Amino acid sequence: MSKEITVTIDGIECKAAEGEYILNIARANNIFIPAICYLTRCSPTLACRLCLVEADGKRVYSCNVKAKDGMEITTNNDEIAQERRAIMEVYDVNHPLQCGVCDKSGECELQNYTLYEQVDSQSYSIRDTLRQSKNWSSVLHYDPGLCIVCERCTTVCKDMIGEAAIKTTKRGGDALPKELKEEMPKDAYAMWNKLQKSIIAPLNGENTDCADCGECISVCPTGAIVSRDFQYKSNAWELEKVPATCSHCSTGCQINYERKHTSIENPDESIYRVTNEFHYVSLCGAGRFGYDFENRDVSKDEEAFDKAVQALQKAETIRFDSYITNEEALILQRIKEKTGARLVNPDAKRYQDFMKNYGSVSGKTLYAGDLKSAFESDFVISVGSFLRNDAPNSRYAFNNIQKLNKGAGLYFHPLKDELVESYGKNVIQFAHKPGLEAAALYLVLELFGKELPADIKAYLDGFKYETTETVTETVKEEIVENVEEIEKDEETGEEKTVIKEKKKLVPKKVEKEVTVTRNRLVEMLGGPDDFDEKLAKMLKKKENFTLFVGEDCIASENAAELAKLAAAVERYCDFNVVVIPSQTNTLGVSLLCELDEEASGYSVGYNVKGDFTLSATGEGDLDMPALNQQEGTFTNINKRVVPTNAGIGYGGYELNDLANALGVGEEQTVCFTEQLPVEKGFKALEFDALPNEYTNSMEENRGYLLALGECEAAELEKIELAQQGMEGNIAYRANPLQQFNQFTRRAHELEAQKALYCSVTYAEKNGLKDGDSVTCTVANEAFTLAVQTDNKIDGDIVYVPDFDETLDADRIFGGKRYSNISIVKG
Amino acid sequence: MSLEQFKDRNVGTQEYRHIQASTSPKTPMEKFTQVVKRTFSKELFVGLKVVFTQMAKGPKTWHTVKYPQEKLPIGPRYRAIHKLLKLLESGNERCIGCGLCEKICIADCIRMDTRYDENQRKEVTEYSINLGRCIFCGYCAEVCPELAIVHGPRFENASEQRAHFVIKDDMLTPVDALKHQKEFPGFGALSDDADKKVKKTPLAY
Ligand code: SF4
Ligand code: SF4
Ligand code: SF4
Ligand code: SF4
Ligand code: SF4
Ligand code: FES
Repeated sequence: MSKEITVTIDGIECKAAEGEYILNIARANNIFIPAICYLTRCSPTLACRLCLVEADGKRVYSCNVKAKDGMEITTNNDEIAQERRAIMEVYDVNHPLQCGVCDKSGECELQNYTLYEQVDSQSYSIRDTLRQSKNWSSVLHYDPGLCIVCERCTTVCKDMIGEAAIKTTKRGGDALPKELKEEMPKDAYAMWNKLQKSIIAPLNGENTDCADCGECISVCPTGAIVSRDFQYKSNAWELEKVPATCSHCSTGCQINYERKHTSIENPDESIYRVTNEFHYVSLCGAGRFGYDFENRDVSKDEEAFDKAVQALQKAETIRFDSYITNEEALILQRIKEKTGARLVNPDAKRYQDFMKNYGSVSGKTLYAGDLKSAFESDFVISVGSFLRNDAPNSRYAFNNIQKLNKGAGLYFHPLKDELVESYGKNVIQFAHKPGLEAAALYLVLELFGKELPADIKAYLDGFKYETTETVTETVKEEIVENVEEIEKDEETGEEKTVIKEKKKLVPKKVEKEVTVTRNRLVEMLGGPDDFDEKLAKMLKKKENFTLFVGEDCIASENAAELAKLAAAVERYCDFNVVVIPSQTNTLGVSLLCELDEEASGYSVGYNVKGDFTLSATGEGDLDMPALNQQEGTFTNINKRVVPTNAGIGYGGYELNDLANALGVGEEQTVCFTEQLPVEKGFKALEFDALPNEYTNSMEENRGYLLALGECEAAELEKIELAQQGMEGNIAYRANPLQQFNQFTRRAHELEAQKALYCSVTYAEKNGLKDGDSVTCTVANEAFTLAVQTDNKIDGDIVYVPDFDETLDADRIFGGKRYSNISIVKG
Repeated sequence: MSLEQFKDRNVGTQEYRHIQASTSPKTPMEKFTQVVKRTFSKELFVGLKVVFTQMAKGPKTWHTVKYPQEKLPIGPRYRAIHKLLKLLESGNERCIGCGLCEKICIADCIRMDTRYDENQRKEVTEYSINLGRCIFCGYCAEVCPELAIVHGPRFENASEQRAHFVIKDDMLTPVDALKHQKEFPGFGALSDDADKKVKKTPLAY
């Protein structure tokens, strides 16, 4: 823990952690300092210079200067006020007067600060440069005329998202008049000088070719980057914000559904867009653009309801997935207790089993880490997760710590991710064969384990061997050279050539035999030859370690062993381990429901096909509300029970109505919130008592944290490693970016389709083009897919999505993530 | 201004004065006497006198406006049913869809649909005012930066429905009537000294 310091800002004493920026301290203490360009959780860019303050008599930028104990800070004085006023005047030079149609109007920081500084006249001018607006991608629209080059977009894309898809480039504007340098306030001039030269553009070419997360839209203080779908649809102030939680993955990001009547003709509410508090949480494209998956125009169909009640009464099995709330999971559990039906949810069952095995070594019922600790760490390892697609926010953490905490990382995954190595220079990617996740975890134990059981230590040492290698070293060698020089005789003025001897150091390559220790684990995993040397460098000054364990491990046939190994990392190494729950509420369901292995007899499916299907997609026998139409809670990756609200109305029956018909219901679904079992770590809190916000001091004030339970644990027992990974043509069960489930598929802005996804090299090698139809066979099951290349992966493994219920990938893959596949064109 | 005095609903503790209402008749007899008194008092005959005098003078001197066949001219500042104006030069719609009228409307009766059109501009596809709620305060016309929404002289808005809507088609100046569209110093128009109030912005070219 860093030590606590005290600073005085405008006479108010503020306590803060050492190393915190002045601006953040001020914000945490509700002291306002004007600032545009700084984004918390990203590096300061010093583009706007509005955040000037006086600290101990010196002018400093508060977003960039770390507070020292006892500092005296004043946020304003005459000089600073002049600077700020001039800065805002400069921002308004040549800014189009189009607030009337601009999407940002009403929530525009340029508007706000222009008003704040009371800019009612202009002192500066310069010739405008032709800047044309462009569409950067299927979701992004950029209007450089409105851009104030605060660089928030490029910063968030690089420091948080990890795509670095946009950059600051040359504008080609006129140079500023020289005399201004003297006449203008200094910082305003410097800001303008840079502004006049720069503009934002995609990294290469005309398109961003990025993850389309839309975070740049969110952070843009002006209307320069806007969503193409939302553009000109509604003014910001007409939309009602409903604080909620994204229901697409286990991160459970806080979002606002923004809603309004559909049109003058149709007074029914529609969700127009999703926004986020970008200083505290960053969304992915699914959360931002996948909002309209509601079950529309449903009314109470009594006949179907009666049939559903009968079906539930006679059902031997209830099948469901983990895209449900905690309350619904509890209702299902209550129904099971009443009717004796089996609860079958393979996803949550795998997770439940995994955590049971995990606890048998770690001694706790849950993993110890969370995303917050991941963002604070400086060394991160990911095993068994296709991070970019599976868990966007875990990937943001992986990337963010490279940029902000001078971090390092190891990325173990069979699908080579083209971006991982660009996160930072201290990232090593192991594109190992599928099935070697255990080797990766063993390697982590070997590298970081303290007080390992003796047999494990011996086993791990067995992988090490010594070898002599010839290395080429560069040594500096001294050589003597004869150089001709022309010398002038001082007296005669005559020039003559003399030969002089000169000593010189030249680099020379020498070959040397050295004895080095190598680790067969590294070789098995396809690591670099000089791994040890690289790692030594990476480990310098590292204090906080994080391990992400992904769905590959949970779905593996060796899940039990992998769980124990992952738990061993928590037990023997100083690591925050996070076992990423595979679906939104996998963690909640696995805690709340007694799950059964096998289905039998007549079944009712909830959002899954059954003999009688309850469905929130509108395609079942009885309609249910989708997750954007429900109140309730999720248990997310941070082991936090977070509330969500209904973004949009729903007119049909809910699961609670069915439960009422069976005699186990409550007045409302959210009445179950306070009944969530305390012995599992939940709290007996009412739904309405759960907050859902971030505070100015960056604290996550959402719901509550699960209490961690203890369980019996034993030392890790030796597990023999499978030395061979999977061979042959391999398919991986994974979704394209932004798609997670049948609900994201229904969102109109998310366009990725069911296809056979492969790397560009794979497509070239096999003579395939985008759109080609191929017949795939996995475990004797044949299906036809179109080919789609993904230029962000490399290697020969293809991936097949499971978000589209018309392709039952979970069944085809038998619950695993890897399978051999044969692909025939045509 | 503090609202405290309005929030204090404790009648009696404030400076209220009770006004004594005239006593009303109680017995049936008293009631009957009152009716007879009122019926045959002078006022009735004063009125009848005026009517008969006018009748005798003949229609030439009558001032009656034969509404609804006849309507009085109305001043430009009259605040009746809204009109959406067009640009005189091009015939394009003036409304840019800024939504300020929608926002400022205190009866919350303005709604509009906008979209990104083929020319990359904001297009107002539909615009409506619910006259059942509109209180004709004129805020919309005053706030409009484009002088697009104005109040017109049309004051008849009797309707068989409680909510009576006017939509864009009803309010927008039709193409053939563009030449009759009047600019006037009416409600929401720029003040005469507007030019003087504007501060000049320097230009580099
Ligand atoms: S970016 Fe802001 S100031 Fe510029 S036109 Fe849009 S709303 Fe107005
Ligand atoms: S596009 Fe927006 S976020 Fe990016 S530099 Fe311009 S104003 Fe800033
Ligand atoms: S959409 Fe996301 S990934 Fe693409 S440029 Fe914007 S911030 Fe970067
Ligand atoms: S899908 Fe996951 S990462 Fe993306 S916004 Fe939703 S919760 Fe966050
Ligand atoms: S204020 Fe004027 S320009 Fe703006 S939306 Fe209303 S009518 Fe149109
Ligand atoms: S916020 Fe500090 S320079 Fe912009």
